[in-house]
Amino acid sequence: MILTAIGVFVVCIIYSFLLSFTSSRLFPSFDFIGFDQYERLWSTQRWLVSVNNLWIFGLLSIGSNMVVGYLLAVFMDQRIRQEDLFRSIFLYPFAMSLVITGLVWRWILDPNYGLQATVRGWGFADFSFAPLVDSNTAIYGLVVAGIWNGVGVSMAIMLAGLRGVDSEIWKAAKIDGIPTWKTYLQIVLPMMRGAILTAFILQCVGVVRVFDLVVAMTQGGPGIATQMPAIFVIQHITDRANVGLGMAAATMMLLPVVLLLGLQQFIQWRANQKRMNS
Amino acid sequence: MKKFAVVAAMATAFLGSTAVYAADVEVIHWWTSGGEQAAVSVFADEFDALGEDKWVDTAIALGENARAATMQRVLGGDPPGAAQFNPGRQYEELIAAGLLLDLTPLAEAEGWDEIVRPDVIAEPCHIDGKWWCVPVNIHSEAWMWASIPAFKKAGVDLPTSVSDLVAKAPKLQEAGLIPYAQGGESWQLNAAFGGIIIAELGIEQRDQLLRDHNQDIANSPEFTKVFETFRELKKYSDPGSPGRNWNDTTNLVLTDQAGVQIMGDWARGEFGVAGKKPGVDYACLPLDSANPFVTTGGDIFLFFKQDDPAVEAAQLKLASTMISPRVQALFNVAKGSMPVRDDVDMSLADDCMKLGLEILKDPANVVTSANNWLSNDTTGQMQDLIAEFWANDDMPIADAQKRYAEILATAD
Repeated sequence: MILTAIGVFVVCIIYSFLLSFTSSRLFPSFDFIGFDQYERLWSTQRWLVSVNNLWIFGLLSIGSNMVVGYLLAVFMDQRIRQEDLFRSIFLYPFAMSLVITGLVWRWILDPNYGLQATVRGWGFADFSFAPLVDSNTAIYGLVVAGIWNGVGVSMAIMLAGLRGVDSEIWKAAKIDGIPTWKTYLQIVLPMMRGAILTAFILQCVGVVRVFDLVVAMTQGGPGIATQMPAIFVIQHITDRANVGLGMAAATMMLLPVVLLLGLQQFIQWRANQKRMNS
Repeated sequence: MKKFAVVAAMATAFLGSTAVYAADVEVIHWWTSGGEQAAVSVFADEFDALGEDKWVDTAIALGENARAATMQRVLGGDPPGAAQFNPGRQYEELIAAGLLLDLTPLAEAEGWDEIVRPDVIAEPCHIDGKWWCVPVNIHSEAWMWASIPAFKKAGVDLPTSVSDLVAKAPKLQEAGLIPYAQGGESWQLNAAFGGIIIAELGIEQRDQLLRDHNQDIANSPEFTKVFETFRELKKYSDPGSPGRNWNDTTNLVLTDQAGVQIMGDWARGEFGVAGKKPGVDYACLPLDSANPFVTTGGDIFLFFKQDDPAVEAAQLKLASTMISPRVQALFNVAKGSMPVRDDVDMSLADDCMKLGLEILKDPANVVTSANNWLSNDTTGQMQDLIAEFWANDDMPIADAQKRYAEILATAD
């Protein structure tokens, strides 16, 4: 197991990293050219747009997923009837392939067939809602689909976290007369740090590698307005036969992931230290 | 049948094996629209009818996806039997790495040197005296597909050139039609742009631009005009354009909702499947009727080296089938393209194909495909730029032209 893990992850990552400093075309070669690929990468308009999009998409979709996911989890925690049914409904989008999710949303948002055409058909001739075909708004169309897709998972993880909180805590809070919303926000929320961190990391990694949603919904368009780093990498190491540049881009994508994992480790380490000290 | 016996015998002799048994040949291609499927079925049916060997169909939508899948299979050590590519530099490294089946013995036996015309179609496969692929058709990438009822409704004649279309577009718009239908995928945008370059600059200057990367032409006011025309066309396109497939776009012309689409001659297959008649329902027009031209893009099939001699025999048989006169006629009529050889019976050809063949007869009208000179990396950069230019109306024309020139200056 350890061998496989090291072989697959560490060696492959080092290999990719090395290739990013070469002039590899379709097949890997070890003709080192220094930072040329990185220079080209950061002067490529499409890459700059991709990175920018990743920030917009990431901040909005992770933020919304966490907040809405927690609210949904609290809602599910109220011992509602048909909890299983609701949980299935919220989780269902995640169970579906992003390609299908993306296509459905693309049709809903298509100006000629979707929502806009339907509402206009009802007599509102001036109604205009087609975010995907406008360069300035297309990325927000993706965010909507991303939230719809990902919020169920955040909810499920955080619901598990909520359920893991000792019921004695609730009783104590009740006796002290603390309102329910305050208990949720100030007592329970900090206690489920693990669940929140897990949901957060999962969302982050999902954002960094977002690929199929974009391909299905916009193919990176209009123009290059919704390009994402993962599409850039895949396209360059395959059809465009420029492995060197693709690997440089992949290395840039790895950086935030490494930072995030480092952050997680650090927080866990600090929590352990605290526990040992107390 | 005699020819196939020769081929089979040759293949077995070539491999030093006497056992010939049935084999499957997996073929990766990107022919997924209605007209394209009709065409690729010709290959599959004719090959299956020859005997025990079977065509195994792996259709992957969109050329770049299909090529990416093929490349991944090759790199993973499990190449398909055959795969579709566009002629040019897309597979130069596959040849260099020795991954392709050498078709030279078969080509010499059948005399491909003499039968394949024009030379620019043979060149991408016939490299340093060896044949590495089978050209199956000649596609002219730049035609204006016009809806005759749409232009009647607007009360104007069919356009004679791209600039003429721009001049007539307001009339179409007044009639409630989409004057210019454009699919929003970057390859479609770049192809339409490439056609307008030829129409505006002429073949000679265009070759200097794309082959020699001539910076004077890249920065010339004539080239600025190409960007201006393209932006004019954008004004007359519809909001559903982003991300739209080429065949859904053709459908707008086919159903008389749009006036013109600039697309390769493969669009003709869609009109054919829908039962439309050239000259009555639709017209195929050169981008510049005064100086008509055909570009010589097309499709080729690569055959990958296999361990199993039976598969290799079947591969050679498939290669021979694809280029045989009868299959060339049936396939190209269905596909809307032109055959790669002159000696086929084209009595089934319709007016559009005949017009193409007529233009092809004069070598001065034949435009070399830009793929012969530009790597996928360079073409990709152009696609990104043109797609951005099309989508972003605020992007200054001067900036776009400057970046186009830079891509050419740094092209490998």
